[in-house]
Amino acid sequence: MTTSTTMPRGARYRFSWIGMIGFAIILFWAIIAFLAPHIIPYPVGEIVDEDYFGPMSSKLLLGSDYLGRDMLSRIIMGARYTVGISLAAVCLACFSGAAFGMAAAVIGGWFDTILSRFLDALNSIPSKLSGLVIAAAVGSSLPVLIIMLGVIYIPGAYRFARSLAVNVNTMDYITVARTRGEGIPYVVFSEILPNIIGPLLADFGIRFVFIVLLLSGLSFLGLGVQPPYADWGALVHENIGGLPFGAPAVIVPSLAIASLTISVNLLIDNLPKKIRDRSA
Amino acid sequence: MKNLVEIRNLKVEATTDSGRSIDIIKGVDIDIAPGEIVALIGESGSGKTTIALTIMGYARPGCKITGGSVTVAGKDMVALSERRRANVRGLEVSYVPQSAAAAFNPSKRIIEQVIEVTRIHQLMPPAEAREKAVSLFRALSLPDPDEIGSRYPHQVSGGQLQRLAAAMALISDPKLVIFDEPTTALDVTTQIEVLRAFKAVMKKSGIAGVYVSHDLAVVAQIADRIVVLRGGEVQEVAGTNDILADAKHPYTRELLSAFEPKPRAESIVAALERKPLLQVDGLIAGYGPVQADGLPLVKAVQEASLSLERGRNLGIIGESGCGKSTLARSIAGILPASAGQLTLDGRKLAPSARQRSREQLRELQIVFQHADTSLNPAKSIEEILGRPLKFYHGMKGKARDTRIDQLMDMVRLPKALRSRTPAELSGGQKQRVNFARALAAEPKLIVCDEITSALDTVVAAAVIDLLKEMQRELSLSYIFISHDLSVVEAICDEIVVMYNGRKIEEITPAISKVPQHPYSKLLFSSVPKLDSGWLDRLERDPELVKTYVRG
Repeated sequence: MTTSTTMPRGARYRFSWIGMIGFAIILFWAIIAFLAPHIIPYPVGEIVDEDYFGPMSSKLLLGSDYLGRDMLSRIIMGARYTVGISLAAVCLACFSGAAFGMAAAVIGGWFDTILSRFLDALNSIPSKLSGLVIAAAVGSSLPVLIIMLGVIYIPGAYRFARSLAVNVNTMDYITVARTRGEGIPYVVFSEILPNIIGPLLADFGIRFVFIVLLLSGLSFLGLGVQPPYADWGALVHENIGGLPFGAPAVIVPSLAIASLTISVNLLIDNLPKKIRDRSA
Repeated sequence: MKNLVEIRNLKVEATTDSGRSIDIIKGVDIDIAPGEIVALIGESGSGKTTIALTIMGYARPGCKITGGSVTVAGKDMVALSERRRANVRGLEVSYVPQSAAAAFNPSKRIIEQVIEVTRIHQLMPPAEAREKAVSLFRALSLPDPDEIGSRYPHQVSGGQLQRLAAAMALISDPKLVIFDEPTTALDVTTQIEVLRAFKAVMKKSGIAGVYVSHDLAVVAQIADRIVVLRGGEVQEVAGTNDILADAKHPYTRELLSAFEPKPRAESIVAALERKPLLQVDGLIAGYGPVQADGLPLVKAVQEASLSLERGRNLGIIGESGCGKSTLARSIAGILPASAGQLTLDGRKLAPSARQRSREQLRELQIVFQHADTSLNPAKSIEEILGRPLKFYHGMKGKARDTRIDQLMDMVRLPKALRSRTPAELSGGQKQRVNFARALAAEPKLIVCDEITSALDTVVAAAVIDLLKEMQRELSLSYIFISHDLSVVEAICDEIVVMYNGRKIEEITPAISKVPQHPYSKLLFSSVPKLDSGWLDRLERDPELVKTYVRG
């Protein structure tokens, strides 16, 4: 591929303000998660307050938790787990789901039938329930959590990618590629993928939100991230006793979950639009 | 005599994605007298349908009428309120769409839809409307006029449906009917019946008409006057015979000359040793579950045998559903043949493309009808042309770059288009890219499946010229599949006529142009000629029509 002769495409993008706000919040959390160990004011396990469920103060910006630990530090570190685990799981779900989905559409026949029925069967188990069973059966370590969350969301990603790919697969340019003698990987990644990448990215965002919520739910039930680590769901869970006192320790992690999931939704609903001006 | 329709300095504007406006109709004046049929002719994008729709005071979404007036029977449709316009539509001006199949509601009986106009405008009681519809069906020479209305749209043929759509437009006794390419989607043998029916009804009832079409020969049969349009401007207006005999404007002359492509000179490779390049023996292909005899349930091609010599071209002609495309697809290995032998250049070809060697795949390329769907919209022209070069010839970097430039040069595409995507190209340019991709493989045989059908006449003629030129330079052979006889005659040494899955005749134009088989005769005689009296003089054997025409 040479780029020397390539001329500018003449395509511009239209950004929307709401999408930009969503993107800024996501970026903010990503930076926080990345830099967490360097910016926490206190070590996460250290008890720094004599009182528990302490209020916001200049010393402890977000108050203290049920043991008197600094809430701000715990939320900053919790971002690592919530964002990190969810991102790893969503990558697993979407990459393998999309790859299988496109391959099934292109190969068809038995491969498609068996894979589709198997994943339908997997899909028929409620996600929370299967999460509970797996966590209870094999214990809850970080790798188990990631794989479990990923596998739970593969069928959805597979179905979505397959339905898009089936439509593209009937196009003449796919027939042309096949009569040229191209192999399955080329057809899948070079001919089909570029045409469905937009919807797949949107699906990636939605699934990320689902996984954040499921992970938080599992942690809230005590089956997700285990102490001494804590993600935002676990923070809500362990500080639930502060609810009658209106303690920031239970409200702030809930707000953190809400801000991340809502901003991802805002971004994918307002992705930059490419402007095409045909006769320009 | 006062004109029924007076269009004065009409301007229509369209708005693009980025909010820029483009003038698509740039000040057009047209008059239509009562009872006169005026044809609007031009290539796609010339604004012919847009103008026709403004007569009903309608502009398609994204477009708006920005200037001028459209007076229909004394009322200016541009200035009228939407409610008043609705009163005119269907009552004084009615519309026959290009695809009647898409215009009918599949879940309602035909008669209910035909008389709907009388209900909306409260013209007459339903019983009376039904009687009137039946008399219209009779006038449009539909079979079984008393009962056909009680069928559903999918139970009648395409040609019948088009006539039923005309009945729908005529039931309110309008002053003007707009026909928007009403026969474009029909087979030639069916088109004749429909055209005759339209012409008879219009003449008898003295209704004025606007006939939108890109096909000069069809228009010549039915119109009194022709308006030639290009780029939203009127190029020439004259009576039908004047246009045909003595066109003034260069563009009109170009249209006329494109209509009759130069006949093919005797094969240039004649001097070369003649040996068969492709041989097809007893090929059977079809769809559906495999039966006990190992053949598919629906046989679209039945025992077709063909032979093509090097450097010569074979045309396959037939109407929709005759199996010509299926034959092309089984030759290319897309739809594996159930029985029969394929031999390319002395070596046997496996039925399925998957089992053929890369070399065999390279030697036989296929080009599809719709360039829109055969070019990947996510790729640049450079990538599209570069892939076969890399895949078959292992070309990389500079060598490939130079070759892409050469290919684009060969098919007359400017180099500036290299980094564009297909959506940014015109229809003719896309078809050139489509063809250049096949050339990139350096094949011996190219199967062209209706590659000019989706193009305007002038553009199609240019593509045909390109094909001939490539053949001279690269000693290629083509299998050219089409429903358009004039195109096939222009490029092919041999013509195979197919009907109902069978090859019924093989004609060599160089030896004899006259078909022998009755169906071939019917088909050849059904192609409209650039002569306004052709339709009236044409005589067809009713028995023959009954046997072969399903319209």
